[in-house]
Amino acid sequence: MSVSAESLTLRKLPREGKEESQFQIVLRRFLRHRLAVASVAVIVVLFVAALLAPLVAPFPRDAVDIAVATRPGPPGTMSSQGEMHPLGVDHLGRDLFTRLLYGARVSLSIAFIVVVISELFGVVLGAVAGFMGGWFDTVISRLVEFLLSIPTLPILLITASILIKTEAQLPLPAVATDFVSWMLAAPIQEANKVVVLMAILILLGWTGAARLMRGMALTLRNQDFVEALRAVGASNTRIIFRHIIPNGLAPILVNASLGLAGIVIAEATLSFLGVGVQEPTPSWGNMLSTAQSYMFQHPWLPLIPGIPLCLVTIAFNFIGDGLRDALDPRLKR
Amino acid sequence: MGRYIFRRLLQAIPTLLGVSILSFLLISAAPGDPVTLRTFGDVRMTEQARQVLRQQLGLDQPFFVQYLAWMTGWSVRQGDQVAALTTPQVRCSYWKGLQLTLCDRGGGILRGDLGTSLDTKQPVWARVVERMAATLELGVASLLLSLALGVPLGVLSAVHRGSVFDNVVRFFAVIFQAIPIFWMALLLILFFAVYLGWLPTGGRQTVSLTQEFDLGDRIRHLLLPALVLSFGGIAGFSRIMRTEMLEVLHADYIRTAQAKGLVSGQVWFVHGLRNALIPLMTVMGPAVVGVLGGAVVVETLFAWPGMGRLTVNAAFQQDYPVVLGTGMFFALLTVAGYLLSDLFYAAVDPRVRFE
Repeated sequence: MSVSAESLTLRKLPREGKEESQFQIVLRRFLRHRLAVASVAVIVVLFVAALLAPLVAPFPRDAVDIAVATRPGPPGTMSSQGEMHPLGVDHLGRDLFTRLLYGARVSLSIAFIVVVISELFGVVLGAVAGFMGGWFDTVISRLVEFLLSIPTLPILLITASILIKTEAQLPLPAVATDFVSWMLAAPIQEANKVVVLMAILILLGWTGAARLMRGMALTLRNQDFVEALRAVGASNTRIIFRHIIPNGLAPILVNASLGLAGIVIAEATLSFLGVGVQEPTPSWGNMLSTAQSYMFQHPWLPLIPGIPLCLVTIAFNFIGDGLRDALDPRLKR
Repeated sequence: MGRYIFRRLLQAIPTLLGVSILSFLLISAAPGDPVTLRTFGDVRMTEQARQVLRQQLGLDQPFFVQYLAWMTGWSVRQGDQVAALTTPQVRCSYWKGLQLTLCDRGGGILRGDLGTSLDTKQPVWARVVERMAATLELGVASLLLSLALGVPLGVLSAVHRGSVFDNVVRFFAVIFQAIPIFWMALLLILFFAVYLGWLPTGGRQTVSLTQEFDLGDRIRHLLLPALVLSFGGIAGFSRIMRTEMLEVLHADYIRTAQAKGLVSGQVWFVHGLRNALIPLMTVMGPAVVGVLGGAVVVETLFAWPGMGRLTVNAAFQQDYPVVLGTGMFFALLTVAGYLLSDLFYAAVDPRVRFE
């Protein structure tokens, strides 16, 4: 047997005039979902704004202005230097628009990093468990079942409150803290706590992807093409990474999109309760927590971090919906 | 049926054991300890006195020794310390082969004792039970609310598929599932409690000298937190009901019922709904988990004296016995929720029992 797995890969056949590729079909169907397309636009705008925060923001992130006329001040408040605060100032006279932008940086980057890592983790574990079966599958399945059957929020809260409040140096990889510190444009001490938070979210966040991928692997491994791959001597690793995972990716994409919304909410909730991202690093969650203390006199305050927060979570949900419709092979049109 | 229940009860044991190990591990891995936190800045405390306190609480012992003591009330020490550790209340014996002293201090979870709170010195059991009623009240109210609103919305949305009503329901289902509940809570407090002044901003009842039970007052306090907590459920249930109803509506027996000339309402809600409800049972378990998780946030926001708020406060205060106790209760409630939903499912669909 000298046939290698590579040589069996089909060469692309010349297509007849109008036929679309799989990607084009999915794209066309996704573009029909108007809310999902609008949501992508919202996310892109916010993402760019967050990325350019140091350039776009009218004030330094933590610049306190106690001489401003009213604190907290409504949109349009003038600073003591005579510049306008477009969205007003908080109780310390810090510019809310600036902090909103940096908050977007925190919320979005935490969400993207956590989701990418936990989905990767879940996909690989799930694919291997489903494909190989045996004791590994049993261990992973039981673990997933267990993690899905405990209320995540209380566990997150307890863990975060214990880890975040401590000043002790935790054994964190320098690569991670340096990267997060660079990304958030925040000093390393602040980055430390964000890394802890992300680690907790990842540890509890991979189960959905693992369960989905395991299910896909279970159905895929009995199909003829896998049999064919085995016959030509493809290794298990090759089958899993080149064939099982790419074929089972559709539900994972939907899951990741909904996961982004979930992580944004989880981070905001923890920060709101005071165990997530800590002041002075702004996050939409801890901005809302400050807003809560002043909202009875200034009812507009919760709207400023709240509206972008909801926009983001709703947008990720609509994108997930759009992807689900676009990737569903049963709705081929 | 009896055997099925028994088997499911047995399966709950590893979950509870897992939760106990996980929460205990988390807490012993945590840097900083409750003794330092409580005596911080106290000039009368010497490092030696702190060490004695730690020894009394058993905090100086390795993880598994502490875990064993917490579970069973048995404490283990190295070497022969029978003479030093024996008191009228504590019986000890020396285990020669392993060179370990084993003392039975009483208590332990397995004997139904969750330990005592570091802050109030009350038994954890009492503190949790005191709060449990409030959490159950809130959780049950919000589950009922989400079923009462979510199911009919889903059915009507499926029946009028493609109509304006359907589109509005589906749109808001996505919105309500996406919006963080704590923000929703802030807005509702501002609108109903501050702006309109119709409902109280928080608490479980109006504080008065007599503390008499006043049902109207209780309900007014319950309304906002239960509503906030049910948003996710309303959205989720209506989405599931819509999908299930759409499938059921194409079934032959629906056409038969319509051919017999039954009124539409009767066909949808009697013939259709019953069959569409079966899959709803499977999501009741996760719904209970969602409500319990949400309760932690909602209780904190509305100053609702439940287990969620107790957990948050105890975690901040590093009152570990209380944190562990509430953690176990959350796990117990979750397991109970899954168990109930499985039992309902087995009751409506006999095939499950014989698997």
